[in-house]
Amino acid sequence: MTRTEVLVIGAGPAGIAAAAAAAENGRRVVVLDNNLSAGGQIWRSATVKANKSSDQRNRPKLRALERLERCGAQLLPCRSVYSAEASGTVVAVDEAGSAIEPEQFHFDHLILATGARERFLPFPGWTLPGVFGAGGLQALVEGGYPVAGKRVVVAGTGPLLLAVAAHLAEDGAIVSHVVEQAPLRRLLWLIASLGRDPAKLIEGARYRAALGRTAYRTGSWVDEAIAARDGMSLEAVRITNGTRTWTEPCDLLACGYHLVPNTEIAELLGCNFRGRFVKVDHEQRTSLENVFAAGEPTGIGGLEAALLQGEIAGMAAAGRSSTSLITRAAKQRGFGNRLEKAFALRNELRSLARPGTIVCRCEDVPLASIRDRTGWTDAKLQTRCGMGPCQGRVCGPAVEYLFGWTPVSVRQPLIPVPLDVFCRQPEND
Amino acid sequence: MPDCLSVTINGAPRQVPRGTTVAAALLIAAQPSRLSVLGEPRAALCGMGICFECRATINGIQHRRSCQILCEQGMTIRTNR
Amino acid sequence: MKPFDVLIVGAGVVGCAVARECALAGYRVGVIEGATIGNGATAAGMGHVVVMDDSPAQLALTALSRSLWRRDSGKMPKSVEYEPCGTLWVAADDEEMAEVHPRCKIYNEAGIEARVLNSAELAREEPNLRSGLRGGLLVPGDGVVYPPAAAAFYLAEARRLGAELFLARALSASNGVALLSDGLTLRSERIVLAVGTQCDLLPSLPIQKRKGHLVITDRYPGFVRHQLVELGYLKSAHKVIEDSVAFNVQPRQTGQLLLGSSRQYGNERSEVEPEVIRRMLDRATAYLPGIRSLSVLRMWTGFRAATPDKMPLIGPATGFTSDGTLWLAAGFEGLGITNAPGAAQLLVDGMLGRTSAIDRKPYLPARMAEPAGLTYA
Repeated sequence: MTRTEVLVIGAGPAGIAAAAAAAENGRRVVVLDNNLSAGGQIWRSATVKANKSSDQRNRPKLRALERLERCGAQLLPCRSVYSAEASGTVVAVDEAGSAIEPEQFHFDHLILATGARERFLPFPGWTLPGVFGAGGLQALVEGGYPVAGKRVVVAGTGPLLLAVAAHLAEDGAIVSHVVEQAPLRRLLWLIASLGRDPAKLIEGARYRAALGRTAYRTGSWVDEAIAARDGMSLEAVRITNGTRTWTEPCDLLACGYHLVPNTEIAELLGCNFRGRFVKVDHEQRTSLENVFAAGEPTGIGGLEAALLQGEIAGMAAAGRSSTSLITRAAKQRGFGNRLEKAFALRNELRSLARPGTIVCRCEDVPLASIRDRTGWTDAKLQTRCGMGPCQGRVCGPAVEYLFGWTPVSVRQPLIPVPLDVFCRQPEND
Repeated sequence: MPDCLSVTINGAPRQVPRGTTVAAALLIAAQPSRLSVLGEPRAALCGMGICFECRATINGIQHRRSCQILCEQGMTIRTNR
Repeated sequence: MKPFDVLIVGAGVVGCAVARECALAGYRVGVIEGATIGNGATAAGMGHVVVMDDSPAQLALTALSRSLWRRDSGKMPKSVEYEPCGTLWVAADDEEMAEVHPRCKIYNEAGIEARVLNSAELAREEPNLRSGLRGGLLVPGDGVVYPPAAAAFYLAEARRLGAELFLARALSASNGVALLSDGLTLRSERIVLAVGTQCDLLPSLPIQKRKGHLVITDRYPGFVRHQLVELGYLKSAHKVIEDSVAFNVQPRQTGQLLLGSSRQYGNERSEVEPEVIRRMLDRATAYLPGIRSLSVLRMWTGFRAATPDKMPLIGPATGFTSDGTLWLAAGFEGLGITNAPGAAQLLVDGMLGRTSAIDRKPYLPARMAEPAGLTYA
């Protein structure tokens, strides 16, 4: 059992900033992350040594990781949190080794920097090997999956698409298309609004430069992933803008529809929510006295927002405050709102799935079984939708978009864990 | 430390660069990580440990998320087929 | 709207079974459900269909009801997941083994197939049980179902025969009138309360909540072949004041293991209690050591509806109300799934004045009208 003053969950940009800020202000800090190393999704590092060179080019990421290392916070990777209580305890499992053990952490202050995950929408063929999330494919490439020479279509919606496409191109993939469902006029509106934030414009321009040969289609979406004859892999995708439809041969499809916040721990603790996001004040404090939240769980707002909010939360946990940071964070909220608006999902995406299209992948539940249900609970009880190991993390947001059902409250374990962790543990502390 | 290590995937030996995740190894070997309830081949989707499509039996333990686990020398990986 | 012959409040497995039985009898039926069909105690419980011999009346009812499950299982859709896997009552020591033989005799005399297993036979039937257990009692005719789908099946059958479903909460239900939360007023000759532990419609009902915890694992087909129960289960079920746990595991058709069981008194909080889970799983691992490495997907709690004398309330609500229109199908404790079709049949027999396959008296609510006091025995 580990006692700490500040416990940070998530070592992405927000978590790193929070941990460093708290540690630099004299607090004992422990950071838990469920990945193999710090960085979260947007700053995911390659795990194969030969591929690590690209890290060197990302200065903000390098600076942040160095800061984390220097500040004295203790980083514990490969830890998945499965239980938490606001009174001051979090339990996690260390999944790295063959023996999976529970570890208890007692905290005075908790900072939730759990980030976001991709939203997946079902469409014919989306369960084929060769179809990945957009960030998903990028993550797997960082984990050692070589894509050099592979034909890739990147599709869905959100700023993530360009970032992923650029990275994949740098990794040697032939990114033939980026297919963005948002209409051009909304994207132009977003770009125009970025005039207030030149840094983001430059980022966007860099991506466009990396993707010289890539066709960027707006107002378009993939409505089918077509299997090769063996049924085991992808051969092509069908792209449409509602009027024109064509088939594009490819090896891989990287498709994701923006992000949904990871708020399970906040929900389990009993934090108040504002819609699907954790409600926080200007110091990132949740409705629970000793619990803070920073970054995507409070609103999908991108890197800048995550860094600022993390810094504010870390300082607040250490009893410090910075008006200038708070002001800057407030300004960023505008950007987050504009992102939501620009990348709002179009109605056609609700009709992509056919009656036989699998909606719940864990339990193989097709659309036809689900659509006449009265709500999430009814669907779960009668079709098993949401009863699998992903605990509704993939099908939940899809079903919410398709039918407007909100998945019902979470319980521990927040992730599947070995039964042994619930049994009497040998006294070893 | 050598840059490559060997694992077995469904009994067949494979060489992978050190630092490769099990999910990536399965993708390189073009092996679906699992068969779904209705028998469809599935492979990793989210790459970040939430979708559970990348589950495989690693060193005898079932249902492990292979995208969160690095290959180790001599590791046995079995997919449910 | 024309008045109904029978209105049923509660679309859990009991309410739905009653609806089907009433519709089969030719009654004009309405079913009122304020939340989700097949949820509540129906969804929380273990779905076992088991002949229980803790008393002659319980033996008679569970035997009758189990025969109805078996009779109908062929008609049920796959979603009901009816598995005739049998129950294996496990004896851990000589004392428990000594109980096995007389129990076997009771079952056999009641026409329920049962046979004694010695230590070696037990190990052959269930290789994952730890070594050193003394033996057990195998009741092959028992089974396991997935209750929410069974409730939906019964309801679909009832509706096929003309029953109507009202998805609204009953704000009041008495004297042949049910007022619904959506503004509807329904009239009926009879109103059946099949409400689990939500007794606000008739507060005089002597039903207490008995909290239970459950754990379900990922898929491990073949790990366990029968429903397994420790012989100490009955001692746990009989405890009125002490919280207790007893080993009970069920193989689901999906290959998942459903693990229980726990009983708590005077605890109305629905949160999962880690301490209870720990006691329950420590007990389970003592019988099945291999489950330690299995992946747990979910844990939850539910409330059983317990009556003072451990028998359900099936029949007119005499004794708890002077309202002659009210009937009860309530208080099933841990046997709601098992006894649903049997209770439905007995209830409708009572409405029709038809002779039942078994004596209805032990379950009549009127038995509690005696001023012997409503203490929980």
